[in-house]
Amino acid sequence: MSTSTLDFHDPHAHGGDAHHQHHFATMEQQFDTSKIGMWLFLVTEVLLFGGLFVGFGMMQARYPQEFLEAHEHLQRPLGALNTVVLLISSFTMVMGVLSAQRNDKKKLVMYLILTILCACVFLCVKYFEYSHKFEEHLLPPRWYQAQPGDTVRDAAGNVSHGYGTFFAFYFMMTGLHGFHILVGIFLLAWIAIRANRGEFSSKYYTPVDLVGLYWHLVDLIWIYLFPLFYLIK
Amino acid sequence: MSIQEHTHEHGGSAVYVRTLLALLLLTVLTVAASYIDFGSGNVIIALLIASIKASLVALFFMHLRYEKAVNAVIACSGFLFLGIFLMFCFLDFDTRDDARALHPQPVMYGPAKPAGAAAPAPAAEAK
Repeated sequence: MSTSTLDFHDPHAHGGDAHHQHHFATMEQQFDTSKIGMWLFLVTEVLLFGGLFVGFGMMQARYPQEFLEAHEHLQRPLGALNTVVLLISSFTMVMGVLSAQRNDKKKLVMYLILTILCACVFLCVKYFEYSHKFEEHLLPPRWYQAQPGDTVRDAAGNVSHGYGTFFAFYFMMTGLHGFHILVGIFLLAWIAIRANRGEFSSKYYTPVDLVGLYWHLVDLIWIYLFPLFYLIK
Repeated sequence: MSIQEHTHEHGGSAVYVRTLLALLLLTVLTVAASYIDFGSGNVIIALLIASIKASLVALFFMHLRYEKAVNAVIACSGFLFLGIFLMFCFLDFDTRDDARALHPQPVMYGPAKPAGAAAPAPAAEAK
């Protein structure tokens, strides 16, 4: 194909846009390519958590009574609080992207900082939840200590493997999710610093957009984690 | 010439505020529903509400509604394969007569907490 039909300008004279890499014909193509790459990554994330969700479902089918009793030890109000915090952080993130699209550097930085603050609140709440569980020995099977309310036991008073299995999944899945939040905080801080330097504008805000997508996915995973762990009947 | 220009500003803050309000409302709804006993309906209601919330996040916050279709196709393919994964695993699990026969009783772990709490009747074994 001849370059003229592609509206291909000299790569180094692209409206003087320093962010335009020469192997992309246009800024739009560059933006779309980054976006497709990000979505492919998000799909692998969905499948990563998907495997854990399948495992959780299997074990819940195997130990329904134990899972029901074990989930009563989770603090539902704290889980709900964290859900609200993450939803608000998703909102501040998308407002940040909007500010970047509007060339509003001050608001972009402000919304990114608000998002980071929400993420920190989320991790603080998780810290209190985890320490409560450590104190009560609500842990994976190897370390789980029978609770007075556990009904599935043998004559000697030993409790079923299912209780600890619930907490094994709880710690694995919320832990992996919490790790994603932690990574998100660093990414958001990096974007905020670059935004503060004035690196983004309505013409180039790809990193803001992609970190936003990542952040929304972390929120999306929590949307499923919350009812499955805290609200199951 | 920047072509990003015309992909800008889908939604806008009013749409995002409404999306957030809908998400918060659905959160209240799902927590409230969890206190009511619908039997096996509880799981379905919880997952249905979660899926509506996830769709709202994907469509508006993640801009799928306004993006090029290719991104939506990639996202949907992810969930399609997740569905296949889930479906076949549960088909396998549900149609195995021996899934429980292999371990009729769950493995029992550790001594009961000695603390004076009223020990429940040990009779209730898993069926």
